[in-house]
This record gives sequence, structure tokens and C-alpha cells, in this order.
Amino acid sequence: MLHLLSIADLSRDEIETILTTAEEMHDVQTRPVKKLPALRGRTVVNLFFEDSTRTRSSFELAAKWLSADAINVSAKGSSVSKGESMKDTLMTLDAMGVDAIVMRHAGSGAVRQAAGWVRASMINAGDGMHEHPTQALLDAHAIRRHLKAHDLGTMEGKRVAIVGDLLHSRVVRSNVLLLAKLGASAVLVAPPTLLPPGVEHWGVDVSYDLDTVLPDVDVVMMLRVQRERMSGGFFPSEREYIAGYGLTAQRLARLKPGACIAHPGPLNRGLEISSPAADAAQSIILDQVSSGVAVRMSVLYHLLAGDPGTQRRES
Amino acid sequence: MEQTARSMLSADDMSRVMTRMTHELLERNHGSEGVVLLGILTRGAPLAKRLADIAARDGQSVPVGQLDITMYRDDLRANPTRSVGRTILPCDLDDRTVVLVDDVLFSGRTVQAALHALADLGRPRAIQLVTLIDRGHRELPIQADIVGKSIPTAGSERVRVHLTETDGEDLVSIERSA
Repeated sequence: MLHLLSIADLSRDEIETILTTAEEMHDVQTRPVKKLPALRGRTVVNLFFEDSTRTRSSFELAAKWLSADAINVSAKGSSVSKGESMKDTLMTLDAMGVDAIVMRHAGSGAVRQAAGWVRASMINAGDGMHEHPTQALLDAHAIRRHLKAHDLGTMEGKRVAIVGDLLHSRVVRSNVLLLAKLGASAVLVAPPTLLPPGVEHWGVDVSYDLDTVLPDVDVVMMLRVQRERMSGGFFPSEREYIAGYGLTAQRLARLKPGACIAHPGPLNRGLEISSPAADAAQSIILDQVSSGVAVRMSVLYHLLAGDPGTQRRES
Repeated sequence: MEQTARSMLSADDMSRVMTRMTHELLERNHGSEGVVLLGILTRGAPLAKRLADIAARDGQSVPVGQLDITMYRDDLRANPTRSVGRTILPCDLDDRTVVLVDDVLFSGRTVQAALHALADLGRPRAIQLVTLIDRGHRELPIQADIVGKSIPTAGSERVRVHLTETDGEDLVSIERSA
């Protein structure tokens, strides 16, 4: 692997390798010395054209715990705000000899385009409404940890409901692709106005009724209502949204035993997820956060640890 | 190229050697108090378990774990990315005598990586090294405390350790490309 741009590019074997390594990386967080020497002398740039707390900080921690040098460049406070083009920014960073560029951008497909301009490995940390591959990988990792801890078997045949603002979500596409590759199935639940166009060709079930879906699923993944991307009119009122699609305390009781609750964060408590659901025993939301660092360590390791010549030839 | 293989240890030989090594280990440490066995992946792990099993037959209980040193290798960059194995620590390593177990001692670079890994995992009172085969050709100032069998080899030869747990049989042989 030279880049990580989309879940669609990954084979089942590559996914298994990344997730297996992530299990080992997860243990590092509990050690007294949270540091492995594997990426000593490598440099990782976090280039964020859009705001982020958890993705950026977990990529930074992942790089540092593998002994790579990491710097953060955000659009605010960089030459981007002086009008430098995305291509010039990327080529400038690349000319400094960095080994990997972790990039988030509002444009769908921007990271793949960037990969054509640079010598460094590109990692997609979210491109517009397209994909967020490391989020899907960390979701799968956290779900696998939940299944393992409760002796519930593998992802094969499991059913995952993805609920909420699917229109503005890049997480949903990566997750649908990844779940299919792991042998699990997805059911998308949202009001018609918040379903992505063309969803009928995704090969997944779609439902408008959360209450009938909940008793059948092994995982319910609540997505954030992205107020910042909404100019209004997607649903009549927040109260109506909660009544139809919020994971309320009453809806918790409809989940089958062993089912878990996931949310990529940040949470809108009281909107798409109630506090009793977010803080429930079957919530894996905080485990998703620690999984984020483990999975990103695994991705950085597999992209950067080996001989760059061989990686380039293989890809 | 023709490959010739010479058998160096049979299954019976290996069983006798492992028993002797366990006794040497217990003698050296005046019993098993404070001793932890850590097998270096891959084949050091089953060997460490065997040493612990033999010690248990003598009524000596020794905690046993395994150590993956992939991330600490000095040749990580020279090869395609390797998959990572699982490190399992049976207990805290601080103030214990950690006994590293490996199948073949050759350049010493694996042991060096293991020492670096241990430094990140705790502060043992002492670290010892047990190896089934010492084939010479050291590139670092590293020696084993207990050796199953020393086999002088040529650099072009390969020492093959087969274990029931990983390879279906117990056998040590030398392969020479002729």
C-alpha cells in the first residue's frame, strides 16, 4: 500500500491485516511507555483544510507513538488563507521531504487528486461527503472488540444500522463499503430528505422506521446531525427529528441483548442520541476513540514502516 | 542449486536438551522465584512454554509469555512491511528476572531488538538469554546464558528449527546450498 484513499481500494486481506495490527497497537495505550520505534526518522504532516479535533489529534498521537515526527498544518493560519492553491500547498510540503500527508478537505475526491501530485503517501482523513476510511476502520475495530469481549463471534453475518444524517456523511459510505467486505450487512435509517442521492444502488437496505429496525440489529451506529452543513428544511423541527430518529431512552429497550451503540462523535446529546443511550453499558463510543489511535497507528505502520521502493512497486 | 539437509537434533534429542536447559535455568536462578519466561516470536514462544511445562513437573511454577519484536527490528526499513505479532506479558516485569527464549542465536540482532522492547515494557532486575541453538556468526556483543546445542556453521548454511506446535514435528537440521 502506498496511499489510503478509499475503503473501495482495499482488499479483504489488507483490511484484516490493518485490523489485526490495530489489536496489537491497542495494547500500547495501556503500557507505561507508549512508544514504539517503528517509524523513527519518518515525518507525517496533518494537513487539515477543515476543522477536526479527534481525527487530527489521534493521527498526531498515532504518529508520535510510532516515533515519527508529526506537524499540523491547518488552513487557518497557513498560506492557504493567503490564497495559495491546494496544489501549491501540497507540493510545498512534499518538497520538504515528508513521508506521509494526512489530509482532510471539503472537496469530495480532493485527496485522490492530491495523491497524483506528490511523492509522499496520502491518507484520506475525510474528503467532503465522499469517504473517511480510517473512521470506518476504527468503527470495525471497536465493534470487533465488543464482539470479542462478549463472545459474540465475528463480523460475518452481523447487521449494522446506520442512522441519521446520511446525506452529509462521509462516514456512511466508508462504513457501507467496509461492512460488506467484512461479511456484515448494513441497513440505513434516515428521513427521506437525509438519504444520499443514488442510495438505491448501494446494495443495502434502507428504512424510514427506526423502531422496526432496532430489534434486529447487532450494532446501531448513530450519526451526528451536521447542523453546520444544513441550511434548514431537512426536517420540520428538532423535536420531530428526535421523535422519529433519536436514540432515546425508550428506544434503548428495543435493542436486542448484546447489541452495542456506536457514534463517531462529536455528540449532539439530546438530539440524535440521548444521554442514557450515550452513557449506556452497551455504548462503545469511548472505545471508538481509543480505537481511533490504534487503527491510525496500524495504517501509518503499514504505509510507512517498510522499504518505500517495495511499497511503490507493489502498489 | 541442490539442497542438502543434515539432521542435528531429533525429537528425542530435543526433549533431553530442553529438560537439561530447564534444570540449568532453575539451578542458575536458585529456583523459580521472580523468574518470568518470555519467548521471542515466532518459535521462541512454544519453546518458552515447554521450559515452563518441564519446570512445572518439578513443582516449579514459572509465568510464561511472549514477545513480538517486529517494531524494534533494525531492518524494518529494508523489507516490505511485516505483519505484527502479539506480545503477551503474564505479569509486571519490574524487578523480575526476565528470561528471553529463542530458537536460534545468530547475528544477535533479534536479541538486541528484544532488549530494546523490554526497556519499554518495564525494568527487570536482570535479563537472561536461553537459546536452543547457537550457530555463531555474532555481529553484536551478545551471548546466551544457556545454550541447548552449539552448532558451528558456515555463513551460507541455514539452521532449520521445526517444532510440533508450529511445524508439526520436532527436528533441527542444517541446510546447505551446494
